[in-house]
Order: sequence, then structure tokens, then C-alpha cells
Amino acid sequence: MNTTLVKAISASPAPGPPFGPGAAKQTHTVAKLIDTTTCIGCKACEVACQEWNDQPFLIGAFEGTYQTLTDLTPSFWNLIKFNEAEQEGHLLWLMAKYQCMHCVDPGCLKACPAPGAIVQYTNGIVDFNAENCIGCGYCMTGCPFDVPKLHPRTKKVQKCTLCSDRVSVGLEPACIKACPTNCLSFGTREDLLAKAEARVEALKDEGRSESGIYNPPGVGGTHVVYVLAHADHPENYGLPRDPAIPWTVALWKGPLKWLGNLVLLGGILGTFFHYVRYGPRRYKDETG
Amino acid sequence: MASLAATFGRGAMTNGWTDIANADVVLAMGGNPAENHPVGFRFVMEAKRKRGAKLVSVDPRFNRTSAVADSYTPIRAGSDIAFLGGLIHYTFSHSLEQREYLRVHTNAPFLIREGFGFDEGLFSGWDESRKAYDKSSWGYELDSQGYAKIDPAVEHPRSVLQLLKKHYSRYTPEMVSRICGCTVEEFERAAAIVCSTGKPDRQGTIMYALGWTHHSHSVQLIRTAAILQLILGNIGMPGGGVNALRGHSNIQGATDMGGWNTLPGYLKVPHADQASLKNYLEQNTPKPLRPNSLNYWSNTPQFVVSLLKAYYGERATKGNDYGYRWLPRLGETDNLSWGYIFDGIYAGKMEGLVSFGMNPVANGPNTHKMLAGLAKLKWLIVADCFETETAAFWNARKLADKYYSSAPDPAQIQTEVFLLPTACFAEKDGSFVNSSRWAQWKYAALDPPGEARRDQDIIAGLFLKIRALYEKEGGRAPEPLLAMAWNWQNPATPSLAEVAQEINGRDANGQQLAGYAALKADGSTASGNWLYAGSFTEAGNQMARRGLEDPTGLGLYSNWAWNWPANRRIQYNRASADAAGKPWDPSRAPLRWNGKTWSGDVPDYKADAGPELGAFIMLPEGVAKLFATDFVEGPFPEHYEPVESPVENILHPKVSANPLAKIFHSDIDRLGAPEEFPYVATTYRLTEHFHYWTKHLAPNSQLQPHFFVEIPEALAREKSIRSGDWVRVRSARGKVEGRAMVTRRMRGLKVAGKTVYQIGLPIHWGFIGRVTGPLVNNLSPAVVDPNAGTPEYKGFLVNLERVGEKAEPEKV
Amino acid sequence: MELSRRGFLRAASSGAALTTAFGFDARPALAQARELKISRTTQTHSICPYCAVSCSVIIHTLGDKARNVTPTVVHVEGDPDSPINRGTLCSKGLSLKQFVVNDQRLTRPLYRAPGASDWKPISWEEALDRMARLIKTTRNAGFEEKDGQGRLVNRLTNMAIIGGCTDTNEINYLLGKFRFALGVLAYENQARL
Repeated sequence: MNTTLVKAISASPAPGPPFGPGAAKQTHTVAKLIDTTTCIGCKACEVACQEWNDQPFLIGAFEGTYQTLTDLTPSFWNLIKFNEAEQEGHLLWLMAKYQCMHCVDPGCLKACPAPGAIVQYTNGIVDFNAENCIGCGYCMTGCPFDVPKLHPRTKKVQKCTLCSDRVSVGLEPACIKACPTNCLSFGTREDLLAKAEARVEALKDEGRSESGIYNPPGVGGTHVVYVLAHADHPENYGLPRDPAIPWTVALWKGPLKWLGNLVLLGGILGTFFHYVRYGPRRYKDETG
Repeated sequence: MASLAATFGRGAMTNGWTDIANADVVLAMGGNPAENHPVGFRFVMEAKRKRGAKLVSVDPRFNRTSAVADSYTPIRAGSDIAFLGGLIHYTFSHSLEQREYLRVHTNAPFLIREGFGFDEGLFSGWDESRKAYDKSSWGYELDSQGYAKIDPAVEHPRSVLQLLKKHYSRYTPEMVSRICGCTVEEFERAAAIVCSTGKPDRQGTIMYALGWTHHSHSVQLIRTAAILQLILGNIGMPGGGVNALRGHSNIQGATDMGGWNTLPGYLKVPHADQASLKNYLEQNTPKPLRPNSLNYWSNTPQFVVSLLKAYYGERATKGNDYGYRWLPRLGETDNLSWGYIFDGIYAGKMEGLVSFGMNPVANGPNTHKMLAGLAKLKWLIVADCFETETAAFWNARKLADKYYSSAPDPAQIQTEVFLLPTACFAEKDGSFVNSSRWAQWKYAALDPPGEARRDQDIIAGLFLKIRALYEKEGGRAPEPLLAMAWNWQNPATPSLAEVAQEINGRDANGQQLAGYAALKADGSTASGNWLYAGSFTEAGNQMARRGLEDPTGLGLYSNWAWNWPANRRIQYNRASADAAGKPWDPSRAPLRWNGKTWSGDVPDYKADAGPELGAFIMLPEGVAKLFATDFVEGPFPEHYEPVESPVENILHPKVSANPLAKIFHSDIDRLGAPEEFPYVATTYRLTEHFHYWTKHLAPNSQLQPHFFVEIPEALAREKSIRSGDWVRVRSARGKVEGRAMVTRRMRGLKVAGKTVYQIGLPIHWGFIGRVTGPLVNNLSPAVVDPNAGTPEYKGFLVNLERVGEKAEPEKV
Repeated sequence: MELSRRGFLRAASSGAALTTAFGFDARPALAQARELKISRTTQTHSICPYCAVSCSVIIHTLGDKARNVTPTVVHVEGDPDSPINRGTLCSKGLSLKQFVVNDQRLTRPLYRAPGASDWKPISWEEALDRMARLIKTTRNAGFEEKDGQGRLVNRLTNMAIIGGCTDTNEINYLLGKFRFALGVLAYENQARL
């Protein structure tokens, strides 16, 4: 697999068919499967993500739950959400990993006015490139999952890269490798969708009739797919019920596509304004 | 562990981590494996995914194990024996017991003497004046040759099986509900799943940890589980067993290497009346109780003499009893386990304490007693990677004024304290022995930072300095010290591989021994721990092996690392087959008998012996013990309330708590009554932290930064406490303060007609670290199990109050 | 998905040519995907020191190939060969790097004198001399050759040694020799707690 093959670039013309060595072989996209029925909320994926990406650790306020950080942050890209629900008198304690969904039709990329700040590789990974980010935050509006976060100091938006550095050399993402209960798996999207279906069948055979796959069509499907035992209530897992790209963004890249050409220019201006407003990039970041 | 040794022969997890994937049912009780052993828990999820196994969670809290369980039953902390006794009763009342297994592999058919009985909470032989039992009525009826009499039909009213049935006939589902606080339906739902393994082709395992050991009746509690697994025929089977999940990386190995009353390999420290080696061996080498008992401990002389040769080298000769006289002796009633040591320190009986990588101020009961005790020492040596509450005990008043304002001022504390920086795991080689008894070798990746030293160098440095002082100046009783062999190639910095070789043992020609069958009692072999003979042979370090073959498909991985005993992965595996050697469940037989030899796993048996030999080779009976006289409070486990309990024992109110529980009675050891302290507290670990270590680490501090108190919703309503409020929990010993976590995951339980609330207290915080918080052992009582010395951290009494929305300002 | 560790490391160090044909260079997009931080490390097999599952870990160190360079741990990951953890780890195992490389680690011996309200640094030599002297004094005062009934007991009951549960078997064995040489009976580990 070769992540240099690009499928879509923010604020840029469509790159055309994949090109380069390995292009012919690039027939599969990758995906992450999260089988929430086997998640024990151990937070291994959280630490694996931060450790691999050398991110600083944070101390949150006490919120009365085992989930000690309320949301993703610019340096915390993988969160296990803990939710309590009740069903037929039985208490449910639902734990589900939350991170960038790597949408097939990424709203962030559609919304982004900065050329090359967001890239979708042909393998399906949606990657942010801080180099080109102008900190406008449009991607945050474009994301129906509320994933990208603007770093208050660097004014760059950041999120899960699906470990594009690891994947590009044939390694699974750090979170996948860490997961002790095999709740997480990584592979081609086709294989994992089939695996998810088989798992749902098995759960239904066990009598868990509300089991299902979360792969929302409103964003064209996702490269992060869930198996939920209570798929009729994704919100109990902290997942939006029917996520879709906001109509403003859809309009922007749909009938009003001609505007996109202007955006190229806008992006360059944006970079300029970013510089004027925030000054030169500081490499020190917040690590440490 | 003591209970497993008494019941089966060895005190360790019967099966192993990888074997849990073979289970059809997993009972997680007295442990929370999803949180405390998350990676080991992956085998539970594998069993669920691949075999459709059912997971049953029984716990005071709906925890992360419960979240993925097929059945969850709440239980009052300290009532586990009632629950397990209920499962034993359920098994018999539904005729699910494995009769043939019981007949062949347990002491069910053994006859007990006339005069044995149980009444109103006490077994026969109780001596009220001594507060102890005379055990003479508990024994087997013996024949003229000294063998136990049996009734092969197992119908004799004095047969163990009939006595067992009678004993647990009181533990009906209704009784379980009244004691434990779960509903009858909840109990029966769990029982139906757990007891469904009472079939030859269905196996159930039990995963327990400190939720069972932290009681004043812990040994009998674990015995109850062992009995349950025997009557269901789940011992010796892949996917079965009683799996003790140890809490630290090498507790198993540390225990294997000796304790206050044991030498390496569970050999006993001599008693004062065992004046000669001959006396010692006579008293410690058991005789078989049945004609077909292999009675492996009959090899005790080989083990002891080989150990003495490893300890005293050439100074150990036949003429001087191999140096036996240099070993220290215990008096008949001496007990120097944890609680007694610290009681002695508090009483001023000790001058010094050496602590290697332990933090007693944090992890011992009644922190105030710990702090006051250490202040009476003349000297304290702490070796650790990080500063600990123990090392800084003298500063507790300053660092945690809120809790220890009455502790002495540092100026009044005359203790000299040394805090020695050690290497951490990555900076040392050596072997860790996990719960599955697997000894795995690790390598050093780098040097310790700064002036920090490896532990072996610190121990050697201290040993050589002290020895030099005696050599130069003489002194009291120099012989035991000067006789101890310390002849490493580099005595000041021993290589751990060389130490491992000595532990394995060698013969007179200096050849590494292949296994413990090679040990001799004539002084021609030396072995530092007979259990580890075979771990480092002429073929090399077996603990470093990395083979991944799995020919049986059972997940034995016999070529990965090395485990005691003799690399047997499933202990007591002979019990996986019937009297004729035919597997109970051919689809997962760990052993097969071809008429001449046993193959598969390493047989826990004589490899070429016919099937008529007893399956439990470490016990004089040759079979597992449903009835065991090893412990002080009786041959069958009985439900006793915790020492601090909100209710009376409804089975026998006159004998409510364990009549033999050890309660320390110093002026600082106070007990509380339910009128003042109405709630039951239980302490536990969280998955995000490891004990008191990871509060020094940024990642774990992020994952759980704040100490909190888990409070059931209904109780919180009663007390007007909202999540996030600052609350204070008090016991008769002390207090803690923290944020309230109001939760549905704990609920009020109806116990003996009244509602009992439980309060959850995670450990992990202290007054030193990147994140700090109260030590929950401020609250816990110095009350221990009389056999094992384990403190009662689960189920003691507290009160709860709301302090305010914010923390009270700390005094500066 | 089978992944060969050695395979990926080779791939990682060889790098990949990044060219695009649509007028946009994707190189910056990958530049943020830093060079794989474990592509040039030395790997050592170790075991997690926390609970008793005993997960195998691989410690990645940098700098230990060169003379006069103090190596440091850059990454700790699960060992994919271990039949126990198969490369996985829990949140504690995954933070082991921070256990080794931690500014709260003790790096020199400290001494707190009687009545003092602070630690003072002390040299190893001085500390060992003083500790040996204290132990000997204690032993001379407390050693019992005979008990009240005149029986040989050869024991030392006025000092205690605890620990070992988080250290290797070999260290425990050495502590055992140390303890029996002195005659210490009050010897405990974490097993009860």
C-alpha cells in the first residue's frame, strides 16, 4: 500500500486517477473496525495514540465519570466515551472509541479553503497537513462528528491521521496494535465490513437483536466502522444518529463548485492572513 | 493461595492466561479482570467470540467486567462465601455434581471420624477459653495401616460428600439473597450459567484476585470456590480451574522464593523443636494416606538438602547436617506475617526495616498506625525508583496536613532514613513469574539513570559490607552470616543469569540439573529452589525460550518460556480423564493415555504410571480435598460476616464474624459500629493506574487524575450529594476526602431486611506524585485472615458526609 | 492482517519516493507523518513490571550504538510474538516509556538524619557504610541464639525485610540469602496485600 496516492485535496482540482508506483494495485481502501461489544474501556488506544504521536498529557476537571476528558483536543485524538443507559431494567455501561471517522465523503475537506491542508489518500485516510492549514476552522464546521480541533496556540487544526506514517510502511495504526481485547481491527474496508456483518449476525444469534453496523451514509460511509449491540441508539455511544455534511458545505462544493476556483485564490490569501494575524509558525508546539 | 495448596496441592493459578480461551463459562468474582488484567482478559473475549462462552460478573459494583458480561449480580462486600455456598447447594439440588469425578479425584468417599459436627456457627472441638479449635474430631477414619477408610459408593453418612451436602443445605437461594443482597432471580440466573458446567463436556473457570483475598475469612472463601469447581468437575480441565490473578509482576515468584515461614520452594522454616535435620525431615515429610497416593512431598529430603548445599556450599557437609543449624527457627506460636510485623514495629519491638520496592505506608492497613510505627524505628532503608510515602513518612504531617495533623513533627522523629535509587525493570535482566507460573526472562535495555543502581548490586554491596564488619571486628553469632555462600564471579555485582543457574541447581560435576527428579539428598546436588530445577539447564536458559508451537491447539505454548512445575501448563491435568484414563471431554484433552505413557501437556503425574494412581500427586490423599483440616476455622468453609459489618450473621447470630479472625488491638486499632458507621466500604484498583506507582507518570495521571468516591444514587439523594461535590468518608481509623461520583452502577442492597449501601474507594493516590490525593488505607482496619494474614480491605464500615461544592481550603 | 515487523522496518528506513502528476506535491502531506520514530532503534525484549499477566514488551532505545552516548528509551510497544499479549498492551503498559524516562526518578542516594526536615544527598559509599553499621548494631542487640526454653533458634527478630514482589526471581533469591544470613524471620512481600 502506498499512501502517496492522493484521491482528493482541499481547495484543489480533482487530482485525476491515482498515479505512481503501485497505482494499479491500489484497489482497496483501508478501514478500522470498532466492535464495541468487546470494548472494556481500558483506554489503551488513548495512550497508544498520544504516545506514538508524542503528544502532551492533560489533566481534566472532575466530571463525575470514568471519562476524564470530555472531548477530543488538538493533542488528544482518540477518546473512549463512557455512557450509561438502561434497557429493560438492565444497566448498560457503553464504552466506545471516538476519533476521526475518515469519511468516504469528508465534509472537512469539502469545507477547507486552504489548498493542500486536507488530503484524502486513495486508501481512504483523510489527513491534515498543518503546513498548509490557515486555522480558519471551516473544517470544524464541515465535520458532522465534531472531530477537528483548533490548537489555541499554533492556530492549526489537528486530528487523528489514522497513523498515516505507520500505515504507509505497512504497520497498523497505534490504537489498533494496542487494543488488548481485539475490539479494534484494521484491514481493507471490504474485509472489515464483511467481518462486521458476520459479527452482527453472531450477536443476533445470541439474541442481541438490535445489533448493527454504524457506517453512516450521510457522509458516504466511513473508514471507521462500528459494530454496536444497540445500533438503534447510536447516540447512547456518543455517536450522532444521522450525520451528514452541513448543507452550507454541501452547497459550497455542489452546485456552487465554480466558487471553488476562487477558493484557490482564497486559500493563498488565507495563508497570507494567517501569517499576518498569528505570525510565523512556531515549531515548539505545546509538547512537553 | 494457601487454600488452593490445601485443596489441590499447590498454591497457584491452576491453569493459565492462554487457557481461559478454552472456557465455556467464566465466573469473574472477587476480581475485576477487565480492569485489573486487561490483557489477560482478552482470553475471556476470545472464549466469548469463538466458543460463545458466557461471562458471569458478581461484584459490589457494576464494573468494566460487568459491562461486557452476560450476567451481572450485585453482592455485598464480604458475603462471597454465602454466594458460593449457594452455588454448591444449587449444584447438588439440581443434581449437577460430577459424581464419578468426585468419586475418583476427590476425598468425597473418605470417611470422617465420629464426633465431627457443626452447630450454631461452630464446628466440633471449639474451646471457648482458648478461642480455638481442638481439631482431633476433624480427621479421617484410618485403617490399621494408617490409610483413610473410604466408602466407594459415597453414601455413608460420614463420607465427606454427604457431610458436604448437609453443610451447604442451608445455603438456599433465599438465604443467599438475604445475606448477599442480590435478588433470588439474580442469583439463580448466575447460578444457572455457572453450574451449567456440571457436565463432562462443559468447562467453567473462575477468575479471582484481591476481591477474595482481602477478607478476614479469605482462605475459606477461596476454598469454597475450589470446592465448587471440584463438584462441577472443572479442575485439571482446559478451560476450567480456579485462576488466582496475581496483582504484581512477580508476586508468584517472590512467594516461590520464600516468606516469613517458608524457605524457597515452599519448604518450611524450621521450628525450634526441630533440633536436627532428621527431626525436621521427619516432621515435614508427609506419609501417604491412600495406597495409590504418589505423595510427591516424600521427596522433601532431596529438596531440603539441595537447598542447604546451595546456601552453604562447601561448608554444608553430611557431618554438620548440611548447615541446617544456621537457619533461623520459629517458635510454635510465632507469626511474622505483614500485620504482625507492623504491629511489632508500632509496639517498638523493631529497630530497623529494609524495604525493596514496597510502600507499606500506602498499602498497609490503617495508615496512621504505619506512620506512627515507622517513627519508632531507629533506621529505615527504602530502595525504589521513585520517592514513596514510606520513604517520606517523616514528612507526612507537612505533605498531607489534612489527614496527619496529629502525626509527630519531623524534629521529634529520630529515624535515620536512607532512600536508595534503584534501576527500573528496563534497566535489569532476570525473570518474572506471572500468574500462570510462567517464568519469562527479560533483558536490560539500558543503564539506570544517574547514580541509581541495580538491586542486585545494592543487596550485594550491603551483604559484603556487613560480612566484612563481622570478619574484621567479630560480633554476635557470625556463623550463619559467614557460612552463607556468596561465591559469584563478581560478588559485588552478581550476574542474574549466574543466580538463575544456582536456583536451577547443579550436580557434583557442576552440570546444570535437567529437572527436580535429579535432586539428591546426599549432598551431591545443590539447588536454590527445587521448583525451578529445569529452568536453566545444560541446554540453556529455558525461561528465555520463544517457541510458538501449539500442537494440541489448546494454547499451551509449551516452548514459550518455562513454568513450574516441570513446565506443566495445566496443573492436575491427570484429573481431565476418568478412572481408566479416558478423557472426560475428548475434544479438549490435555493428556492422552496410550496404555503405556501419557502425552500432550507435561503430565502432572508419573508419566508412565497407570491410571490407578491418584491424580493429585502433591497431597498425601492422592486426591483433591473437599474436606481439609489445614485451616484454623474448620474443614468446610462457612459464611462469617466481616469483622465490621452492618448486619448480624443471620445463619448464626451468636457467631457472627470469623471467630478466629485476627484483630490487632493496639491503642491505634479502633473498630467501628454500624450505628456510627452505617455504610460498607470497599477498595479497589482502576484500570488506568498501577497501584501506587503510576501517579508519578503523566499518561496515567491524565487517565485518572483525581481521587473520587463512588456513591449509589439513592444514598446520594438521601445525603443531598451531587456528582462532583466534595465529600468526606470517615471510619473509626481516619478519613479521606474527594469528589463524589454518584452512580447507578452501585445500588442499595436488601440485606436481612434492611437496605445496605456500599461506597467505592479507588486506591492509587497518596501524598507524593505527579497527582496526589488521600491514601484510602487511612480508613481500613488492621484485621486479617488468621491463616493467610490478608487484611480486610473489602467490607469495612464508614460514614459519609457532604463537605461542599469545593474542597475545603488546605491549611498552608 | 499479518504484518512482519522486520519487513516494515526495512520499508520504513528505505523511505518512499513521493511524486505526483497533478501539479501538487503531496510531499508536505507526508512530511508531517514524521520519519518513523522506531526505524533506527535498538530493540530489547523485556516484560512489563506491573500486573501478573506478564506481557512481553519491546523497548526501543536510541543512542546505544555510539560510544559516550547515554541511550534513551524512545518507544515501548507490545511484543507481537508473545502468546500472552500478541503485541497488545493496556494503558499502563503503553505508558512504560514514561516510567523509565521520568523526571521524578531518583538518581542519587538520599539521607534523612534523625530529626531533620529534609533529604540530603549522600554518597553510595557513605550510605553503605552507615547502613551496614546500623544493621550490625541492631543484629548484635537483637540476635537470639537460644529461646526461653534453651532451644537453638539463631534468629533476628528486631528488624524486618520486605519487598521483592516487583523484582525478579533472582533478586528475591539474593534477598533470601541476605535474610537467612542475618537470621531475619520478619520477611514479607506484597502477596497478602
